[in-house]
Amino acid sequence: MLCQDCGKKEAVVNLTQVIDDEKVILNLCRECAEKRGFRNPLEGVPFPLAEFLASMLSQTQAQKPGKQPNPVCSACGMSFSDFTQSGRLGCGNCYLTFRSQMDDLLRKVHGSTQHRGKFPQATGDVMKPLREERKLQDELKKAIQDEDFEKAAQIRDKLKTLTKKI
Amino acid sequence: MDAKVSGLMFEEMAKKPAVWLSGEGSNSQVVLSSRVRLARNIANTPFPSRADTDAKERIISFAKTAVEKSPELSRGTFLICSQLDDLDRSFLVERHLVSVEFTACHDLSALLIGEEENVSVMFNEEDHLRIQALASGLEIREAFRLADHVDDELSKFLQFAFDSSFGYLTSCPTNTGTGMRASVLIHLPGLALTREIEKVISQISKLGLVVRGFYGEGSDVWGNLFQVSNQTTLGRSEEDIVESLERVTRQIIEYEESARSRMFSEAKDQIEDKIWRAYGILKYARALTSEEVLNMLSALRLGIGMGVISTVSLSQINEVLALSQPAHLQKYFKKRMEPGERDRVRAELVRSKLE
Repeated sequence: MLCQDCGKKEAVVNLTQVIDDEKVILNLCRECAEKRGFRNPLEGVPFPLAEFLASMLSQTQAQKPGKQPNPVCSACGMSFSDFTQSGRLGCGNCYLTFRSQMDDLLRKVHGSTQHRGKFPQATGDVMKPLREERKLQDELKKAIQDEDFEKAAQIRDKLKTLTKKI
Repeated sequence: MDAKVSGLMFEEMAKKPAVWLSGEGSNSQVVLSSRVRLARNIANTPFPSRADTDAKERIISFAKTAVEKSPELSRGTFLICSQLDDLDRSFLVERHLVSVEFTACHDLSALLIGEEENVSVMFNEEDHLRIQALASGLEIREAFRLADHVDDELSKFLQFAFDSSFGYLTSCPTNTGTGMRASVLIHLPGLALTREIEKVISQISKLGLVVRGFYGEGSDVWGNLFQVSNQTTLGRSEEDIVESLERVTRQIIEYEESARSRMFSEAKDQIEDKIWRAYGILKYARALTSEEVLNMLSALRLGIGMGVISTVSLSQINEVLALSQPAHLQKYFKKRMEPGERDRVRAELVRSKLE
């Protein structure tokens, strides 16, 4: 089989990925695979997911020409189409500029758009009630799953008090 | 610190294997090491791939100041990348203190190596900061505790790019959220030899974890070593990630153990022969490549685990594993060597260490 990018050399990299029931098959020669960011494992590439996503995003965009907005980050000047080329964002503000696209992408990659982990120490005190609220919501969900309704009621009361504070 | 001093420091370091290869920690027969890395960026500054020289210099100077202000971190070693030659960089990769990507680093990248060598921070790699901690054996929790502590310490002096919904903001969206990648380096000869590894890999990928072989040249996995790590970083807490990786690793260990006992009940003679042959080659060969050593050590490690060999210890094996790597070998003997010479010197070193 010939490489689908250059159409000249033999395809040696075959990749299939299914995301949201959408199947993408790539058959590439070594050079074109490298151009897309799939490099030899020896070079220690951690995971070509970012490049792959970028190529997926640009493919989706190419299918709908003219319909996609192309917002530009006011802080670093990166446009959304720049991002789909490189798979890397330019700065923290890009996440806010591309918020709706990032919501979609992050849900595809992680199955979630809501951080449940650590908060930085410096902002820790301000964010503490918010973090506590999230923790309690998780606990409440678990208590209901476990059918521990007494515990669930206790957590709900705690949540009420906390929400008043926030 | 100038280039000569850091070179000497590495020669000193090369005399013994890294802490994470001490052979201590739980399940260290099967799990070589646990690692946790946290990706962080400084707020209101372009990520390294988009930062200009000024911004990168600013990051390095922020980082340096933060490290100097922290009584604990200031006891570590802060190195600017330009102080490191290619051999130094390979040495650091072999020691798992930096990523392979970091070897292509420039004057505007820097590295902090913790006092105990179990933590390191890369500055201006893919993200402004990559905090990393290592522990010997199945000790993901301990690795996380170490990395988390360095993160807390640095966040006293640095404001990180953070969003209450998206979490820590990283250059690549695959790291957004906790910015955390936890992994174990695990030795699975039983599953590899019984060809059950593919089944295990496909099972694990359904659990949101990734398994990768430790590849050398070509597609063969070297030394039956695999790395298992979390794939997603957003929507789960750090504790959650640690807990699930630990649980799955314990399951893999169980599969591995049952594969080994099956293998021994079905083909004891062949397996024992393989182990003793490997021992023989390591003890008497006059030239050994890194790949050969890694594969022979895998058989030897299996031999120790199954009680076939008792004259060699796990810590001896780990020492050989560390020191026989190309850059370690050259640092250990304090001279640059071509591959051919390295193979001879490597065989000599392995012989002496297995006496």
